[in-house]
Amino acid sequence: MSTAREEANAGGRWLGFYVLAYLVFLYLPVLLIPLFSFNDSIQAAFPLQGFTLQWYQTLYGNPALSGALANSLVIGVIAASGATLCGITVSYMDLYGRSPLAATISAAARLPILIPGVIVGISLLILVNLIGLGPSRISIVLGHILVALPTTVVVMRSRFAAIPKTIREAALDLGASDWTTFRRVMLPLSLPAVLSAFMLAFLISFDEFIVVFFLAGTEPTLPLYIWSQLRFPRSLPTVMALGTVILGVSFIIAGTAEILRHRGFGTSRRVAKPA
Amino acid sequence: MSIIVAARPSQEARVSPGFRFAMLLPGGLVTFFLILFALGLVVFLAFRGNDGSLLGAGMTVANFVTVATDPLYWTVTLRSLVIAGLVTLATVVTAYPVAYYLAFHAGRRRSLLLFLVTLPFWTSYLLRVFAWKIVLAYNGVLNSAFIESGLWSEPTLAFLNTPAAVVVTLAHAYAPFAILPIYVALDTIPRSLLEAASDLGARPFTSFRRVVLPNSMPGVLAAALVVFVPTVGDYVTPAMVGGPASTMIGTLIQSQFGKANDWPFGAALSVCVMLVILCVVLVARGADRRFGSRT
Repeated sequence: MSTAREEANAGGRWLGFYVLAYLVFLYLPVLLIPLFSFNDSIQAAFPLQGFTLQWYQTLYGNPALSGALANSLVIGVIAASGATLCGITVSYMDLYGRSPLAATISAAARLPILIPGVIVGISLLILVNLIGLGPSRISIVLGHILVALPTTVVVMRSRFAAIPKTIREAALDLGASDWTTFRRVMLPLSLPAVLSAFMLAFLISFDEFIVVFFLAGTEPTLPLYIWSQLRFPRSLPTVMALGTVILGVSFIIAGTAEILRHRGFGTSRRVAKPA
Repeated sequence: MSIIVAARPSQEARVSPGFRFAMLLPGGLVTFFLILFALGLVVFLAFRGNDGSLLGAGMTVANFVTVATDPLYWTVTLRSLVIAGLVTLATVVTAYPVAYYLAFHAGRRRSLLLFLVTLPFWTSYLLRVFAWKIVLAYNGVLNSAFIESGLWSEPTLAFLNTPAAVVVTLAHAYAPFAILPIYVALDTIPRSLLEAASDLGARPFTSFRRVVLPNSMPGVLAAALVVFVPTVGDYVTPAMVGGPASTMIGTLIQSQFGKANDWPFGAALSVCVMLVILCVVLVARGADRRFGSRT
């Protein structure tokens, strides 16, 4: 018995080293972007040529870049609002609606996980052309609601499921209508998760490239702007400076969303992710 | 107790149709219109001829005949399957020990580690692929680092624009996808099963092989699926680090809706990809059942 435990502990230590190496592999390539964004050279190569902030200065006063940023922010906020609204209602009805339709909608809402992004992109391209929208910002919003939907459904569903059943039953027994129960009891109790779902949906929209590639008209989003700049070797350092800013903001938003998600009941520590 | 039980039916009767309609409307619109109707359009378009108009002309199976008879599409489909299969294998095998550590050994560090492995998931996919481009480029990080350390005298072209570069980049980009499903499966294994195995004299490796591994298979299959699906249709990574020798099926679909401008044929290719994924899902389902899924 004791030898088995010792073996397990030794195994745990080796696994610990493995996890450390895995994290290094996970982060090292991404952290090269900030490293070389401060490097005084057009090329991302060793040896480092000295510290500079000039690539960050090129980010200022660039109308194409600020236009793409504004686009991404507006689209991100609207798409995240839509995806959060859908995530709340779909998961609430899935848990409490007791109807086959609600279950079907909830299952269909998670379907995009099983469809490659390129097919989501072209199917929406056909659709928006059919209804006369064409590639435009509204089309991008629709596409991003779809891409973010599985995440918001999973986040909200695990939150609603963590609220003790008795609370909702008490509200209903005391005469509150469905609407009042939802708005005055269930929604306030899951507010941290709502914020978390919104932030994650915003991040998904803000960083999304595969679907937006098909749906953008004349006004690109930030990832499309980056993609267009990758053709020019001279703009590589500027892309890395921009990438550093985006990575920093993404880390902060994702971290805040993570903290918010674990607020409150604390029973559901599962990290929700489209899975 | 009896009051609560008696109250239940009246609760259900009270679910007002207006509330139900309002709550089902947003999700219903999005799922039926944007997902199911849009996918139906793709299937419809796949059976149409290309006459330059939006929905094509005439019903035909010519698109599928082309896909089935032209060896180019077999080559590219096979390559996509091999690349996606290798990426799936690599991510799942490397992720399993991490998930195992998180479930059984992490202790107080568990939340922090879980956060660290999921964080890259929320950062830009484009930037993660771009990072590999600067690592693998001719004048890039890897070549220059090797020259700087005196291992090589001149840069090698062997990294960028190879299918191997696509596999490494995709495996890195989708690594966070694989850990969570496996972790959840491992975490829900009742600890009493492990105690029983140990009490009955099983060595740690035996109890891992006979108890832990079979019980975690549903998570492994789920992980394989969430990695396989996005990688098999990817077109960004082949374009960035793959070169012409690693054209994938996603690249072909994208070009049919771009330069090649043959939407019905692109739709037919998409339908084929969805059929392949459906087969993979069914195989995974079957395997899941064989392992006596607890879900």
